[in-house]
Formats: sequence, structure tokens, C-alpha cells
Amino acid sequence: MELRPILSAMRRNKVGAILIAVQMAITLAILCNSLFIVQQRLASSHRPSGMKEADVFVITNQWVGNPTDLAARQQTDMDALRSLPGVLGAYTTNSFPLSNGGQTEGCSLRPEQATPTARCAAYIADEQGLSTMGVKLVAGRNFTPAEVTQKAEGDQKLPVAVIITKELADTLYKGQPAVGKTLYITYHGSGIPIVGVVERLQVPWVGAGGWGSTFFGNSVIAPFRYAAQYSHYVVRAKPGLIGATMEAAREKLFDINRGRVVVKMQTMAEARTEAYRDDRGLALVLCVVCVVLLAVTAFGIVGLTSYWVAQRRRQIGIRRALGATQAAIVRYFQTENFIIAAAGVTLGVTLAIGLNLWMVNTFEMERLHLGYPIVGAIFVLILGQAAAFWPALRAASISPALATRAA
Amino acid sequence: MFYYHFGLAVRSLKRNVLLTSLMVAAIGVGIGASMTTLTLFRAMSADPIPDKSSRLFTPQIDVWGKVKSQTAPDEPDKLPTQLTYTDAVGLMDAHPAFRQTAMYAIDLGLAPSNPRLQSFQVHARAVYRDFFAMFDVPFQYGVAWPAGDDSAHSQVVVITRALNDRLFAGTNSVGQTLRLKNQSYRVVGVLDRWQPLPRFYDLEDKHQFGKTEDVFLPLTRALESHLDSAGGINCSGNSNLQSGWDGLLRSECVWLQFWVELDNSADALRYRQFLANYAAEQQRSGRFRWLPLTQLRDVRQWLAYSHVVTNEARLLVVVSFSFLLVCLLNAMGLMLAKIMGRARDIGVRRALGASRRTIVAQCLIEAAVVGIVGAFLGLALTLVGLWGLRSLLSERVAGLAHLDMTDITAAVVLALAAAVIAGLYPTWRASRVQPAWQLKAQ
Repeated sequence: MELRPILSAMRRNKVGAILIAVQMAITLAILCNSLFIVQQRLASSHRPSGMKEADVFVITNQWVGNPTDLAARQQTDMDALRSLPGVLGAYTTNSFPLSNGGQTEGCSLRPEQATPTARCAAYIADEQGLSTMGVKLVAGRNFTPAEVTQKAEGDQKLPVAVIITKELADTLYKGQPAVGKTLYITYHGSGIPIVGVVERLQVPWVGAGGWGSTFFGNSVIAPFRYAAQYSHYVVRAKPGLIGATMEAAREKLFDINRGRVVVKMQTMAEARTEAYRDDRGLALVLCVVCVVLLAVTAFGIVGLTSYWVAQRRRQIGIRRALGATQAAIVRYFQTENFIIAAAGVTLGVTLAIGLNLWMVNTFEMERLHLGYPIVGAIFVLILGQAAAFWPALRAASISPALATRAA
Repeated sequence: MFYYHFGLAVRSLKRNVLLTSLMVAAIGVGIGASMTTLTLFRAMSADPIPDKSSRLFTPQIDVWGKVKSQTAPDEPDKLPTQLTYTDAVGLMDAHPAFRQTAMYAIDLGLAPSNPRLQSFQVHARAVYRDFFAMFDVPFQYGVAWPAGDDSAHSQVVVITRALNDRLFAGTNSVGQTLRLKNQSYRVVGVLDRWQPLPRFYDLEDKHQFGKTEDVFLPLTRALESHLDSAGGINCSGNSNLQSGWDGLLRSECVWLQFWVELDNSADALRYRQFLANYAAEQQRSGRFRWLPLTQLRDVRQWLAYSHVVTNEARLLVVVSFSFLLVCLLNAMGLMLAKIMGRARDIGVRRALGASRRTIVAQCLIEAAVVGIVGAFLGLALTLVGLWGLRSLLSERVAGLAHLDMTDITAAVVLALAAAVIAGLYPTWRASRVQPAWQLKAQ
């Protein structure tokens, strides 16, 4: 394949070739980075919370008025929910994973530490907490009913025991068994004995780079019967019965006491969708942008290549008359396109890495895996070739008789 | 002469419909994408209260001893973003500012007077009466409660238009009562439509881009009724938090927002001095073992400091403007193809006496026509894009996705500019066409 005629033809059409190359370069840069971000956001939205989310729903309850018997009301509600035929377990809490609201504490190794060893989220649960959430215990034991004490909303008392997550245990005790050690909460004097370690339980917050992202797996569970004006009832339903159980639960609660507002009742699946809505939205927007960008570049290539074909009609006709096959003509234009695309793609890989580095600095993003520019480059090359194919076919069908005609 | 060029332009565009539509599509799509993200970005970074943003300030005090050196108001620091109860009361009592208010968010159960209606939750804000004057809040009926009600801890409320429509069918409900958390409150005013975006006065509240509160009540009343804060209570530092309501009030947890109105820079300077003196006094009285640094920020500085514009919005703006650049290059290539494809045409016209300037004008007008049609397509696509964003993103940002006149004008101007810039090089090439070359047999 003689490259020289192609290169000299391109030199006469420098600007057009440069335009296509630059377009492909920018497209590749945007494509790589966008797809990287999409992959990150989607992966983040699939992070397991540590709970067995299927069949779990949460009722957010707020009492109307100013009742003084919150503890009794909470107990009645819990007894009622637990007695429902479709319910396997229930407990009351201050927050839950994917709720994007909760309490943060500083977890330390020693009582006098001013800066905590690790930040952690604090969840309240009773002895049914672990089984309702479906979290897996990997060391130690669950709370005993004796360890679960009463807690009202403003109470600052410490629990008599805690269960922590494995990630927090590793951060604090670096491989040593955590069960039996004492956990200190910053600015609270006495320590709390750790009685159990669960495999995984995420903090309530899910925002990418937002609050909680630096301590995503650090949670402590404190044994309390939580009686407050505003609290969440986490309920596990029997498999397959969640819809009916939710309705039955709402009815039962209002039967007991109409002086309440069910602020929200949602399954964990709905909570997950809502929590990651922005991430999924961004991913979709970026995907749409990528598709449209590729389409625009492809159509641009089609347009410009068709123009070049039209410009060189006579030249093509002469070559055909001199014995070039149709395949050779197609090959000519494909090669020309390949050279331009190769230049564009090389520039594009550099741009992609450069753009990523700039975003790492400005937006605190992660660095691009090299796989993205490489696969992206191959894809854009193939796209370019495919876009040039139709004009190349049109060129091949130019009749050799054109060579014999004047102008 | 203009109509002649215009007619020629339209005719030449019509001759090759495919190429023309590709050009229009390139410009339109590029404009559509850029304007969508730009609208969102502008809404997020807009000044929510442009008439007063330089006269409203929020003070910050380092109650946890974490900040070692004073920074400028536009620099980030680690000061707590809210005030403690002690400081809020202290600043309110000293009253050095023209207008001031402490405030916090509350979630309450509201029981309508009609017993058959279900109770529902409302989002409320506990404020002082100055709040309404400070933030230029418009009233539909009634007025804010008088200053006496603040000191008397009266059970009065101001409700929003939406809530008034829901409870009292939109009538003048001044004087009516409603029950919040088992206490009766008398309505003294109904607000007209008011939605500052973002809700700069309380960024800890998770509804910062969502709807505003439904109910406003006196802070003194809320404190007396021990109404808990629904916003963020931050006890990060050595807050010494004890149990119970009194424990919260006595602690160094920060949970109240504070805003002052200062009419000119001299007042602002005096207030800064007052804050520094207040902090020094607190140290002298033994409350702190260090000299707490203080800071005063106006609305714009506060929004920048609080990182209100998300990284995602910025990222989308970068992506869409690169997209516009690609579309521009595309349009340039297509326009080049189109114009140079008519090189003979141009050569003949030049030979017949057309000057270079005429050719240039011709080409630029063609580009402008493409730009205008592209602008319409771009606007239509922007509407589609904003609708898409609204349904995709959470309520927090969905409320921002609206097109106004400035955006529309910007879109048209941007499209025209893009098309003309894209057409500059092809026009230059067209002006260089040699009539003699083109007239020779090819």
C-alpha cells in the first residue's frame, strides 16, 4: 500500500485532516474520563451495605404533640410489629445505612485522646438488631437482653457494650482480636467493652466524596431501647410478603395510636435507589453525552470524507481506468482515514490522561486506569474506519469512464 | 444587498440539505448540551438575594480551639459553621447590629383543626422577627409578629402560602389557630411565594435546594417548648455535652445559625471588632482556655466557603463545553466541505466582478443562518435536557433546572457566535479562491 500518494493528498487538505484528528482526540479524552466516572459511580451504587436488604423495610415514625410516655409507646409499637404474622424481626433506631442521616462519633484507643483514632457512625439497636438487619457476626456475640437499656433522645449515657465492624476493628487494633478490648468514644470518659464484630456495616451517608466517604465502613452498634419523638422502625418481613406486611404494619400502628405521623415508609431497595439517585443520574447523563459525542464525530467524518471523495472524482476515475480495483479504492480511503485517526487517537490518549490529572487536582477524583485510554483508542479507531466506509464505497463505484471525459 | 446575500445563502443551504442539516444538528446539539449544564451551574452558583447579599453576614466563633491563625473571609478554615446556644444568646443580647436573628430548623407534627384530617409533618424554622425584614420575605396576608412577641415567647406563627392553601383554602387566615406538637399557635402572617436558591441561611439543613420551610415561629417560644433541632447538631470538638435539653444548651455543641444585617462597610468593621472583643471576653471569663478566632462572612463568601456548587455540576460544565468544542470543529469541517465544494461557483462570481468582501459577507451570512436555526434546535434540546435532568437528579437539585430569559438570550448568542467562529476559516479559504483557476477546465 503506497502511503506517499495518500500523504501528499492529505497535505493539500491539511485543515480538514487536522479537524478530524482533533475532534477524535477530544472525543477520546471525554469518552475515557466519562466512562471512568460512570464506572466509579455505578460501582459505588452497588456497594453492599452489610445488611441483607431484601425483605427489609423502614417506617419513620414521629409522634404528634408532646407525649411523656415515649418509652411505653415505643415498647407497644415494637410488640405490635413483632407480633404481626409477616414479620420476622423489628427494632427501633436513630438511623440506618443509606438513610444519609445519622450520628458520627470519634472512636479511640485511649481515653485521653483529643483526636480520635477513627471516625465512626453510631447506630442504636436492641437484641433483635443484628438479625433484623441481617448483618453477619464474625467474632464475639450479639447483645444479651440485659445489656439493652432505655435511651431517650437527649440522653448522653454510654452503652454497656458495643459491637463494631471488622473494618473499624482492623483500623483500631490492626489484626488483633477486638472482642474483649475497650473502645473509647472521644470526650466521653469511660470505655465500653467490645462484645462482637460484624463483617460489614456501612455508615448512613453515601455521597461520593461527601461526609462518611473517608470512614465508610466504620460503624458501632450500641444496645439501647430507643424511645424518641422521631425514630425509625426497621422491620424484616418474611420473604415474598414485604408488600402486604408493610400495609399491615401501617394499619396496626395507626390502630394502636392515631397521634403519630408516618413520615416515610420505604423498603431498603427504595432507600438505595433514592440514596444513589444523583450518582445514577450523573452516570446516565455522561453516557448520553458520550453516545451523542461519538455520533457527532462519526457524522463529521462521513461528511468530510464524502467531500474529499467528491473533490477527487477525476483522480479516482483515472486510477480505475489505469487498472485499480474497487477494493483498492476502498483501501485507499480507509488507509487515509486510519492515518488521520491514528494521529488523532495518539493526541487523544495524551489529552485523556491530561484531563484526568486536571480533574484529580480540581475535583478530587481518582486517577484513570490505563485500560480506559487504550480500549477507548481502539474503539474510536474502529468507529472512524466504520464512518469512512460508506464514502469509500461511494468512491469505489465511480466509473472509470470519468477519466476520459473533459472536466 | 443584505437580502440578496440572504437569499443566496438560503438557496445554497437548500441545495445540499444533508450537509446543512448535519451542520445545524452539530451546532444545535452542542448548544443544547452546554446550555443545559450551564443553566444548572448558574442556578447553583447564583446569588440567592442579589439586592442584599453584601449586607447580610454570618459570624463564626472557634469554640473548639481548632483554628490556629486568622484567615481572610474567602479562604477556607476549620471554624464551626454554626453557633452554640450560649453564643447565640450572647450576640442577640448585645445587639450591636441593625437587624439580627438566630435560628434553627425543626420538624414538627401539625394537627389541623379539622379532626378528620390526618396530622402531617411540617418543616419549621425558629427565628426572631427581624428574619422577615432581613431576608426581604414577602407577605401575602398579615405581617411578622411584633418584637414584644419575641420577648414574651408568644405562641404565634407565620405560615407559607402553600400551607395556607392546604389548611385554610388560601383565605386570609390571620387570627386562626393551628396545633403544633400539642400546643396552639395563632397565625399572624402568611408568606407569599418565596424560594431563595440555595437556601443560604442554613446549609446544614438537608433541604438546601428544596422547598423552604412551611412554618416560622419565634425562637424564644421554640426554646421554651424544648423543640429539638432537625438540622445538624455538631458536637465535634470538646463540647462537654450532658444529657437532656439543658445539657444541650450548656454544651459547646453548635446547632444554631446566626445572621446579621449591616448596612455599610463601617458597620461591618465595627461588628468584626465587636466579635473579637466578645471572644476575648469569653476567654477572660474562663469559658475558653484559648483566644477563639472569629470570622464574619457575607452571603457570597459564605456560599463559596460552603462549597455549594457541587463537583458534579462543575464536571458537567467542563464536559459539555468540550462537547461544544467538538461540535464547533465538526461544523467547521462541514462548512469547509460545503463552501469549497462550491469553489467553481465562487470563482465565476469573482470573475463577474464580486469583490472579496462580498464573498466573505456571503459566507458569514450563511454561517449565521446555520447558527440561528441551530439556536432554535439548541433551545429545544436544552428544554429536553433540563426535563431529563429534573427527572434524573434528586429533588435537591431538580428545582434549579429552569430556563429564564437570560438563558435563552445566552443560548441564541452562543449559537450565533459558535456558527460564525466555525465559519471563519472556511470563509477565509473561500475569499482566497482564484477565479482563474476555477474557470479553467478541471
